[in-house]
Amino acid sequence: MAPTLEIIKKQQTEDIWDEPYFVNMGPQHPATHGVLRLFLELNGETIVRCDPRIGYLHRGVEKLSEFRTYAQDMLLTDRLDYIASAANNVGYCLAVEKLMGLEVPRRAQILRVIACEMARIASHLLWLATHALDIGAMTVFLYCFRDREWLLDIFEMMCGARLTVSYPRIGGVRMDVTPEIIDELYKFTEEFPKRIPEYETLIDVNRIWLKRTKGIAVVSGQEAVNLGLTGPSLRGSGVPYDLRRSVPYLIYDELDFEVAVEFEGDVYARYRVRMKEMREANKIIRQCLDKLSGTEGEPVLAENAPDLLMPFGKIKRPQAAPHPKKGYVVRGVELPVVPEGEVYVATEVPKGELGFYIVSDGTGHPWRMRIRAPSFVHISAIPAMCEGQMVADLIAVIGSVDIVLGECDR
Amino acid sequence: MDAKTLYDAADHFLLKYTGLSLIKGLVLVVITLLHVAYATYAERKVIGRMQQRIGPNRVGPRGLLQPIADVLKLLTKEDITPDCVDRPVFMIAPFISLVAGATSLAVIPIWQNFVVANVNCALLVILALSSLSSFGVILAGWGSNSRYSFLGGLRASAQVISYEIAMALALVGVMMLAGSLNLIDIVKAQINSPFKMFAIPQIIGFFVFMVAAIAETNRTPFDLPEAESELVAGYFVEYSAMRFALFYLAEYFGMIVMSMVAVICFLGGWYGPFPIPGIPFFWFLVKLYFLIFFYIWVRATLPRYRYDQVMGLGWKILIPLALLNIVITGLIKVLA
Repeated sequence: MAPTLEIIKKQQTEDIWDEPYFVNMGPQHPATHGVLRLFLELNGETIVRCDPRIGYLHRGVEKLSEFRTYAQDMLLTDRLDYIASAANNVGYCLAVEKLMGLEVPRRAQILRVIACEMARIASHLLWLATHALDIGAMTVFLYCFRDREWLLDIFEMMCGARLTVSYPRIGGVRMDVTPEIIDELYKFTEEFPKRIPEYETLIDVNRIWLKRTKGIAVVSGQEAVNLGLTGPSLRGSGVPYDLRRSVPYLIYDELDFEVAVEFEGDVYARYRVRMKEMREANKIIRQCLDKLSGTEGEPVLAENAPDLLMPFGKIKRPQAAPHPKKGYVVRGVELPVVPEGEVYVATEVPKGELGFYIVSDGTGHPWRMRIRAPSFVHISAIPAMCEGQMVADLIAVIGSVDIVLGECDR
Repeated sequence: MDAKTLYDAADHFLLKYTGLSLIKGLVLVVITLLHVAYATYAERKVIGRMQQRIGPNRVGPRGLLQPIADVLKLLTKEDITPDCVDRPVFMIAPFISLVAGATSLAVIPIWQNFVVANVNCALLVILALSSLSSFGVILAGWGSNSRYSFLGGLRASAQVISYEIAMALALVGVMMLAGSLNLIDIVKAQINSPFKMFAIPQIIGFFVFMVAAIAETNRTPFDLPEAESELVAGYFVEYSAMRFALFYLAEYFGMIVMSMVAVICFLGGWYGPFPIPGIPFFWFLVKLYFLIFFYIWVRATLPRYRYDQVMGLGWKILIPLALLNIVITGLIKVLA
C-alpha cells in the first residue's frame, strides 16, 4: 500500500502526473455497509482495478471461541451476521449437536425454522432498504424498516432480545412460544405478502431502477460457482443450489417451498431472487405455524441437553486434563462433555452458505472453530464483478451481493 | 441651476431608480430567504409524511422553528479549511453559487408591478446566471483538492453543460410564441393566447424544461454531483459550517428560481382562474408552491441515475425533443 499512498501524495502536490487516479473508498463510507474499504483505480468514472481491504471489524471470534464453553460461544455467533443472528445460532447449534449426537425435539426444530425464516425476512428487508438507498430510492428504505421493526418486535416477544437474539440453544430452543406470539406471527404472515408489492411498485416498475440494475455486473453460473458465491447471489445466476433443499436440515424436507432462481445473473436478478425468497420464507413460517399446533405441549429442549453455564468471571483453562466422564467442574457445575472429533455443518443463512467447522478435543471448549462466512467469500468476488463498470455500479454491486462486515471480519 | 435643485434632482433620481430597486431587491431577497428556510422544513415534513414518519417536531410548535435552529447551529459551527485546499477558490466557491442563484431574482416579476429590474433580455440573464452558479460547484470540487470532490465537480460540470442546452432550447419555444424575452411580456402573451398558459401548446417544452431544471439544480434523480452513496457528498465534502450551508442555500435558491421561471414561462405567471383582491401575486405563489412540492415529491420517489445514463438522457432524448419542439412551434406559428 505504501507506493500507492506515495502516488496519492504526489498527485496532491504536483501538477502533472501519469499515474492512474486512485480513490480510497471507506472504511467510513455510507455505501460500504459497515467498514469495508475498497481501493479503486479509476479511469474517468470507470473502475480499472478494485482492491477490497478487510479487517476493520475484526474481533477475533474464532479465537475467542476457544476460551469459552460451547454454550457461551453461541453468543459470539450472534455477532457474526448481526442482521440475521437467529440463523447463525441455528447453524452453530446444529454443528455442536451433531458432534454430541443430540436429538432435538420436533417442536424445537419447528421453532428454529420459524426463527431462521424470520431472520431471513428481516435480513432481506434490511438488504432491500440499504440497496435501494444506495441507488437513491429513499422511501423504500423507510418502508422496509417499518416492516422489519414488526419482525424485531416479534423476536422481542419470543426471547426478549431484538437484534442478537440467541434464541436457539444447544439441544433445542430457549423457551416455548406463547399463544400471543403465534397470533402475532399469523397476523404478520397474513399482512406481509401485501407489503411486498408496495416495495415493488416503488422500484420494480421504475425505469431508473431497471436501468441501474439490469445488465450490471453479470455473472454467469459457471463464474458464480468459481467465485464461490452462495445463497441468493448464486441463485441469481441460475444455479439452483439451496442447502435447505439439497442438504435438508431441521424439518426443511417436510416443507413445501420453492427455491428462488433467476437466470440473468445481474444485479436485478439477484434482487428478484431475494424478493421471491421473502415470499417463500413467509410461506414457510405459515406452514411451520400450522405444524406447531400439532406439537402443543411437547418439550422444546432435549432431555440430555447440556446446561447453560455462564459463570460471571473469566474461565481459566484448567491445567489438568478433564475428568473423562464429568469434564471440567467449575464452581461445582459440570461443563458439558463434547466428545472428541470434528464436524462441519453448513446452513443456508440469508447471505449464503454459513459453515461451522468445529474441532473438539473432548474438553469444554472447542479446540478450533473455523467459520466459513459467506460475506468473506462474496467480498472477494466484488473485484471480479465490478471491474470495467462505473463507480455508481460498484455501489449496486456491493449492495447486490449483500455483505455484512461483522461476518466477514469475524 | 442652484445647488438645491441639483440635490433635489439627484434625490429624485436615487429614490426613483436606485432606492426603490434596493428596497424591492431587499424585500425580495428576504422573502425568498424565508421561503428557502421553510422549503427545507416543508421538504422534511412532506418527505417524512410520504415515508410514514413524522419529520421535525421538536423545535417550536410542530417543529416550525426548526429552520431557524438549523441556521443558528450552522452559524456557530467551526468553519474548517483543510490544509491542502486551494484557499481562495475554496473560500469563494460557495459565494459564487449563492450570488448567481440570488441575482436571478432581480429580473423575475412576481407581479406586473413588482420586478426589481424589468429588462428586455430577462430570460437570457436567468440562463446565464444559472450557468454561472454551476461555476461555484465546479470550483468547489476543484479547489477542495479531494478525490470525491473532484469527481463530483467533474460530474457537475458535464451535467450542467448538457442540461443547460436542453433548458435553453426548451425555452426557445416560449420565446417564439411570446415574441419577447421580457418576462412580463411573456406572461401577457400567455394571457392573450387561446390556452391562457404556454404549458399546453408547449407541453414538450414544459416537460424538457422541468427535467432539465431538476438536473440543473442537482436534485434527485440527477443528484450525481453530490451522490451520497458514491461520493459521500460530492463537491462539498470538504466544506463545513456556514460555507456548507451556503451550498444548500444555493441549491434551494436554484430550485425556487427555476420554479419561478417555470411558472412565468409556462404556467401563466400571476394570472389565475379568478383574481384574488388584495393579493395580486396569490396565483403566482400557489403555482410556485405546487412546483416546489413537485420537486420534493420527485425526490421521495425516484432513485438516482448513473452518470453516463444522465448524459445519455440529456443528449439523446431531451435535446432532440427540445429541437423537435422548436420545429413544431415554428410550423404552428407559420401556419396559424
